[in-house]
Amino acid sequence: MNTEALITMITTQGIVIGFTGYFFYRVLTTKPKPEPDSYTENDDVVERQPEN
Amino acid sequence: MAASSQAWGSRVGLILAMAGNAVGLGNFLRFPVQAVQNGGGAFIIPYLICFLLMGIPLLYIEWSSGRFGGKFGNHSTPYILDSMVKGRILKYIGVFGIFTNVAVAAYYCYIESWTMSYVYHSLRGTFNGMSQHGVADFFNNYVDISKSSTGIPYEAVVFYILCLLLNTFILSKGLKGIEKVAKIGMPLLILFGAILAIRGLTLGTSGASELFPNANAWDGLNFLWTPQYDSILDLKVWMAAAGQIFFTLSVGMGTIHCYAAYMNSKDDIALNAVSAGFMNEFVEVVLGSLIVIPIAAGYLGLDWVLENAGFGMAFQTMPYLFQQWGPMLAAIAGLLWFGLLFFAGITSSLAMGTPWIGFMRDEFNWGQNKGAWSFGLLILIMGLPTVIFFQEGVFDEYDYWAGTVSLVVFAMLETILFSWIFGMKKGWAEITSGADIQVPLIYKFIIKFVTPVMLIIIFLGSLFKPLNNDWSGNVSSLLSGNGWSLDNGSIIKTITHAGIKEKIMAATDPAIIGQLESQILYLNFARILLLGLFVFISALVYVAFLKRRREGRATL
Repeated sequence: MNTEALITMITTQGIVIGFTGYFFYRVLTTKPKPEPDSYTENDDVVERQPEN
Repeated sequence: MAASSQAWGSRVGLILAMAGNAVGLGNFLRFPVQAVQNGGGAFIIPYLICFLLMGIPLLYIEWSSGRFGGKFGNHSTPYILDSMVKGRILKYIGVFGIFTNVAVAAYYCYIESWTMSYVYHSLRGTFNGMSQHGVADFFNNYVDISKSSTGIPYEAVVFYILCLLLNTFILSKGLKGIEKVAKIGMPLLILFGAILAIRGLTLGTSGASELFPNANAWDGLNFLWTPQYDSILDLKVWMAAAGQIFFTLSVGMGTIHCYAAYMNSKDDIALNAVSAGFMNEFVEVVLGSLIVIPIAAGYLGLDWVLENAGFGMAFQTMPYLFQQWGPMLAAIAGLLWFGLLFFAGITSSLAMGTPWIGFMRDEFNWGQNKGAWSFGLLILIMGLPTVIFFQEGVFDEYDYWAGTVSLVVFAMLETILFSWIFGMKKGWAEITSGADIQVPLIYKFIIKFVTPVMLIIIFLGSLFKPLNNDWSGNVSSLLSGNGWSLDNGSIIKTITHAGIKEKIMAATDPAIIGQLESQILYLNFARILLLGLFVFISALVYVAFLKRRREGRATL
């Protein structure tokens, strides 16, 4: 590959991979909101139950 | 606990389902071809700008509209829009959000069935020893339903119905079924894509042959990524970039609204929307650019790619290229390639079923099973003509009106409704409510002014597409008082079959004239079906309105 194409490809793909990775990381590490929420799989997690 | 009986299992599941909805065959086939035809590496600049100015805003608009409508128990666009903007007529704009899905699913399931069939044929070794011409002919015979490659009569129809049954069965399992498919399909798609992309990156000159001695995969990558900066000033490139962003994100369909309608109003949409959007970009820009073009250039040379780049390469060329790796690796590569296309297809077609099912449940209390099987039946009725009359152009006619024009019209109208009638004050509050990231304030301005203008330009650009797609030349011609020449691909000329009529005028052979005249009949038949579908869904929305009024639930 020529240098110009290589730089364009690596820069563009790097930007896209970087943002995709960053946003997905944020999704995985952001603390979920207390129940009731949109998702059923976490319904039984004790510490996420609403306070009475 | 989750807000309604139909609910997403997990946040990751929702994002994968949304990304799966967006990732389709176009990520692997349309994007690299568009890039090759529009300035190579320079195409990426307008492409990314359009993603920021039109793609992300449309994602925000559709996610927030859906979640807003869901608060009122609405899970399809007619009544999602009705809950946002009061008016007896405006809900009929939402008909596009069901119509497009049914019409697109009708022919999209046919492409999906090709991928199923090609996985089978790759594993069976059907393509072993076939010449490039033989592989291309195999496809042409396959879509001619009177011929069969397996001995099964009407093979293409059988695979189509199998594919439809699979979609319908998964849809009958509700959101949980869709989420499960996305959780399995998306990681596999990325894995399969990554393996083929590594092959594309490392192929180099090893695929050169006596017939194509100059074949070099890096030539393909060079052409794809070397920026041709002068093309940035060409309006055609900007139109192509905007169009690609539009179609790749599956916006303007009504599926995003439907998926988001099952969310709780306090949950995040800002981070979810960009996560799903960027996952689609990853598949398109990173994986999509490293498979078809470099592998084809690696075996057939760049000149061949430039002359033949198009959608047909997936089925008419790739199986031949895989044969160069030996029978065992060819079978594996065929499984990976058509498998990834299958997963890209099914995660999108499943999304297309949800607006209809949601609408029938909300308005007529239909259960999930009844909704799913009625969708399957509707697709069968609408889709069989695209299978049987594929070579007569019915398939392409559906793709043009439902898969292209309808999307642009709906996206343009919903953006104007969101920004100007629902209002940016309420709209911005909806987008930022429960947000896990800070949405840059500039997007308030972009959504209100820039995105609607861009969509209006795209719509007008399709309506008045200039001759030979020469935007710069036609703008100069118009400014100098020499008028604007329409291309036969513009909406205006397409309506009147101008291109076919020109061919009839130029033809002298009565057989060809007769063939072209019957083509017009088939295309008109396709249009009547599509129009009939639109009227049918509009009538259902009206009946639902009468029912709501009787029950005291109508907004106006």
